[in-house]
Amino acid sequence: MISINVNGENRQVDVPEDMPLLWVLRDELNMTGTKFGCGVAQCGACTVHVDGTSTRACQTPVGMLGPDSKVTTIEGVKGKAAQAVQAAWQKLDVVQCGYCQSGQIMSAVALLTDNQNPTDQDIDAAMDGNVCRCATYVRIRAAIKDAAQTMRA
Amino acid sequence: MLHHLIRQAARNGFAADLSLAPLSAPSRRGFLKAIGAGAGALVIGAHVPLPALAAEAAAKTVGPADPRPQLFVIVAPDNTVTVLAKHLDKGQGIVTGLATIVAEELDADWAQVRGAFAPADNKLYANHFFGIQGTGGSTAIANSWDELRMAGAAARAMLVAAAAARWNVPAGEVTVSKGVVRHAASNRSLTFGELAEEAAKLPVPQQVKLKDPKDYVLIGKPDLHRLDHISKTNGTAIFAMDIRRPDQVTAVLARSPRFGGTVKSVDDAAARKVPGVIEVVNLPVGVAVIAKNTWAAMKGREALTVTWDDAKAEMRGTDAMLADYRKLADQPGAVAAGKGDADKAFAEAAAKGGHVVEGDFVFPYLAHAPMEPLNAVVALTPEGGCTIWAGSQFQGVEQMVAAHILGCKPEQVKIETQWAGGSFGRRATTNADYIAEAVMIAKAYPKAPVHLVWTREDDIKGGRYRPLFLHRIKAAVDAKGALVAWKQRIVGQSFMAGTPFEAVMVKNGVDATMVEGASDMAYAVPNLAVDAHTVASPVTTLWWRSVGHTHTAYSKEVMIDRLAKAAGKDPVAFRLEMLKDHPRLAGVLKLAAEKAGWGQPMPQGKGRGVAVHESFNTYVAHVADVTVDAKGQVKVDRVVVAIDCGQVINPDIVKAQMEGGTGWGIGHALRGEITMTDGVVDQANFDSYLPMRMSDMPAVEVHIVPSGERPTGAGEPGVPTAAPAVANAVFSVTGQPQQTLPFSRGGIVS
Repeated sequence: MISINVNGENRQVDVPEDMPLLWVLRDELNMTGTKFGCGVAQCGACTVHVDGTSTRACQTPVGMLGPDSKVTTIEGVKGKAAQAVQAAWQKLDVVQCGYCQSGQIMSAVALLTDNQNPTDQDIDAAMDGNVCRCATYVRIRAAIKDAAQTMRA
Repeated sequence: MLHHLIRQAARNGFAADLSLAPLSAPSRRGFLKAIGAGAGALVIGAHVPLPALAAEAAAKTVGPADPRPQLFVIVAPDNTVTVLAKHLDKGQGIVTGLATIVAEELDADWAQVRGAFAPADNKLYANHFFGIQGTGGSTAIANSWDELRMAGAAARAMLVAAAAARWNVPAGEVTVSKGVVRHAASNRSLTFGELAEEAAKLPVPQQVKLKDPKDYVLIGKPDLHRLDHISKTNGTAIFAMDIRRPDQVTAVLARSPRFGGTVKSVDDAAARKVPGVIEVVNLPVGVAVIAKNTWAAMKGREALTVTWDDAKAEMRGTDAMLADYRKLADQPGAVAAGKGDADKAFAEAAAKGGHVVEGDFVFPYLAHAPMEPLNAVVALTPEGGCTIWAGSQFQGVEQMVAAHILGCKPEQVKIETQWAGGSFGRRATTNADYIAEAVMIAKAYPKAPVHLVWTREDDIKGGRYRPLFLHRIKAAVDAKGALVAWKQRIVGQSFMAGTPFEAVMVKNGVDATMVEGASDMAYAVPNLAVDAHTVASPVTTLWWRSVGHTHTAYSKEVMIDRLAKAAGKDPVAFRLEMLKDHPRLAGVLKLAAEKAGWGQPMPQGKGRGVAVHESFNTYVAHVADVTVDAKGQVKVDRVVVAIDCGQVINPDIVKAQMEGGTGWGIGHALRGEITMTDGVVDQANFDSYLPMRMSDMPAVEVHIVPSGERPTGAGEPGVPTAAPAVANAVFSVTGQPQQTLPFSRGGIVS
């Protein structure tokens, strides 16, 4: 049994230590908001926060998480940045197919938690790891700026 | 084009296309005859498309109405209005679009409107262009426009009748606005929910009156939110990948690394020892590993030792294939279009002070790579059928193929269509592809619902690519700079060959989807010769967002800029001279040019390029601005798009599709290519099949031509002109035409 803390709850899972956090969330805990897109940390669809840091769940063996690590997923992300980001995404109708958007939002929340006035270069750097095949990038950029403005106000 | 062929193929029966080995049974013809060809449906041929319906003016009474509103809209006592979408939403926003049409005629309040996917049913929910249920060819709005307006109007009339009966007043005195039914004279009102039950008992009216477009309050308005904008931002939207049935198991399939290869032998001893692996089954399509969870299934597959039989496999690499294409291009192909005498015109142009321009264009194989890897859940039913949960795009085909595999009736196959995490054409196949695989595995392992999951590597290496193409073009302007001749040869695979579409779509040796956008070139030219060579290979190919236009618009628009330069003419002015018979193309071209500031001098190292094209009855122009740095590296800075897609239903969604189509077009032009070495695909994941990323994306500005014409599509038409506009912008700076894709091949992007 491995013990992990997800969205503030302690959970026990009976899985091999090398099972990536992605599959623990999706297949064991039935938390399907975190998506499988590539399995090799190249697309960002599986982005979660581990102790507040943007992390690719597909390349995070569950056994590597310390007992005190706090995992936050799209289902549990809260706070000023999360609220501003989700509101901006909704206001600008960012989504198309939507499959990558959990990951996009988790990356954007991590960016804005650290930096409430990101430049275009900051946005490129923080978001280049998140692929959107629908190419909603124009609106993601606009939504991040909109959320940043909300947070600064 | 697509519409016509799918409809014809549906009539012929899809059975002949079951190219998956186990499906090529003797009974393959005929078992699908159950497909309703939709005798009463709107029959609209490929090139006499929308005008056939245009006579029916919007505001006039149409009838007899067969809107059967209950097929498309459910007004519930809880005051919600649920619109049933017969089309798949793979991001293009069609659930919102269809709901908008119904809600407008119903006079619903947008806040009470919900969307849901209709159950699979070829008779009730056929795409009227196809004759079966399916989504593609940017047809969803166009084929739903009439039936959904009628459905909404009929439902409204029933609510009005119910209110009039309850109040004992003439129906003509009852008004509806924002989901509230009113009788002004007696100051009474009721909600839809309060009237739902009574209205449902009334007969469906045989005549309905549709609104005058000037009275629209939802259609064409920019402030409606998408119906999926909240569920897709908080992780609650359910895709097929997220389906979790009781006792569900997960399967992955080991497939041949070479196209056309088959299983020779399997050693699964090690795979069976992987914790969590339940079963390994050998199927004609590959070796399936079934496990308790996805991770175990993937580990189990890694532990398999499979020997493949390459006797019928493609063993060439793409370089060798292309070399063969070049040899073929030296020979005349099957004629796709011909008028005048192009060779004579070239000789005259050369002799009399004109200019002849020639070039080969190379387009690579491209994968669709939707963000949601392909997957489907299949649960067998005790009656011998099954339920399928999938981002199902050709429900009609999938039902029939699944029925064939299971030996049941198509109506015993229930499809629960889910939000799809992208498609770009990939989910629409003529043999049901990954869904057929999932059904085969479920048949082999009937104990529990089976979730077949493709990994990203399966997807990138899995074929169904936009075909590799070579175009050879020769064109000439005369001494006055007028286009006098155009000769084009297209070499590539046909994804129609070997399918029931072949009989319909391949005429005189030419697959219409290979030459669309070239054989019907809009620019006025007195001498035109377009021909094609169809090449066979086991490499599987498929339509890919905007189909033939992905390559024909590119080569045409890049050559046009070379010709404009040879003629000493401005690229926009040159095009407009040749578009006098095409006012809608000229209209978007002028609009994009004006909004982009065409004609203003560009600073050193910056360039501006243009392209214009019609696809799927929609007209789009792109103007792209680029920076070329001292090292010759290109960055796309800004793109201006103009679109004319007739009456716009949701302007913000059209805008989003132009943004996305622009990204799709440019992203693949930058770095997208699938190559093969000795028949094995070189790319595996997003680290080698390089997608467009945030830092590549230009600013995009979209302008929509106001129009009262019948609505057409927006999902695909934003793609074809994006890349050639960028190429022409680069050409304006460097003088080097970009004729080999992707641009990374030519070193102008890293």
